Amino acid sequence: MTIIVKTVTKIIVGVTFLYGIYIISHGHLTPGGGFAGGAIIAGAFILLVLAFGSDVLKLKAREEGSSTFESLAILGFLLLSIIGLFIGAKVFFYNYLPKGTVGELISAGVIPLYNIVVGIEVAAALITIFLALVIYKEEES
Amino acid sequence: MLVYLLCFALFLTGLYGVLAQRNIIKIVIGLSIMEFSLFLFMVLIGYVRLGDAPILVNGKEQTVFVDPLPQAMILTAIVIGLATNAMLLAIAIRIFRKYGTFDVRKINHLKG
Amino acid sequence: METTLSIIIGFMIIGGLFALNAKDLLSAVISCGVVGYGLVICFLLLKAPDLAIVQIVVETVTLIIMIAVVLNSSREELKEKISLKLEGISYINTRYAANIAVVVVFTLLLLFFFGESIDILTPFGEHTTRMSTAYIENAANQTGSANLVTGVVFDFRGYDTLGEVTILFTAVIGILTILRIKGRK
Repeated sequence: MTIIVKTVTKIIVGVTFLYGIYIISHGHLTPGGGFAGGAIIAGAFILLVLAFGSDVLKLKAREEGSSTFESLAILGFLLLSIIGLFIGAKVFFYNYLPKGTVGELISAGVIPLYNIVVGIEVAAALITIFLALVIYKEEES
Repeated sequence: MLVYLLCFALFLTGLYGVLAQRNIIKIVIGLSIMEFSLFLFMVLIGYVRLGDAPILVNGKEQTVFVDPLPQAMILTAIVIGLATNAMLLAIAIRIFRKYGTFDVRKINHLKG
Repeated sequence: METTLSIIIGFMIIGGLFALNAKDLLSAVISCGVVGYGLVICFLLLKAPDLAIVQIVVETVTLIIMIAVVLNSSREELKEKISLKLEGISYINTRYAANIAVVVVFTLLLLFFFGESIDILTPFGEHTTRMSTAYIENAANQTGSANLVTGVVFDFRGYDTLGEVTILFTAVIGILTILRIKGRK
């Protein structure tokens, strides 16, 4: 890619990543949430790979790093919801942390933690799909 | 009522693409258009005239809100649509590697 | 409001028809983006900001993947006329006629059922269900979140989110399995 694309990408990628984290963490106050923020973070990574070539992430068509992140995020999701079986009303998916006043940053019980876990999961899934379909190599089978 | 009729016409356009095209990429595009028409239909049903977006703000008092339940269901459906499209494209890549063409009439060599 | 929505959906239909009849595969894939981005404007007009953010990013990623697949494989449309002339005369007529007949039958069936059910739909803009009023009144107290859609997705209907996460994980595993067949022993 030309030098203009590389310079603009260096400036924009950091701001986009921070914007994605903002939308994930304020998911219970403003429009957005886990899915939107995860997709934006995946978009930042895809921009980095498209502008600098595939060896910027030191991958060369192996995606074990992003698959590990995705699996850990799903395990965290299940762990958060099973803990509800032992505390409080003893049902699956119970909201067991205290709900503060509506409109504060730390409120709404478990929902901010759910947002973070789902955001990591969606971002890792989209990055793995992109790497598998666009940077594949010919396999000898 | 005109909006519902046009949404149904978009669905029929996608159905034409799935049934009558011979190129695998165009079948995938037709399936994608059908999914978009269904998302639009669900959000159209839940719209209330002169309603607001379903978010509570400290300054304003409670007004008429748009229905949040169809929006919650379509939010997960959009990401699932992307996963389905990606899987179909992976199958299309394998078909092209083996047969050298995207034509569905030429891929009939089932090896026993 | 209705006229604006109708005009935008009309543009989406024109874009979809052009995408399915294009001579070049790259033009078809780019015209598919017209339908996706028009849907974003429709979501913003129908007061659904969460859906608009998700749809615009997902549509961009889908376009990138489709263009990569098309550019790595063949780019031209199939030559249909030549292959039709090489076969026998009776082969052309039966296949072609069956194709058109299936499309017409499906269209007539769908139009019939749509005409029957259009009387039950409430007119556009008046929507009263008891579930939506229950969610709007109790969501702020019982979940504590100011965003009603997030409260419904993660607290009232948490099982659906669990199912969606499972489907995404399964799709990624499926793609990795299809594209990586490592040697037959």
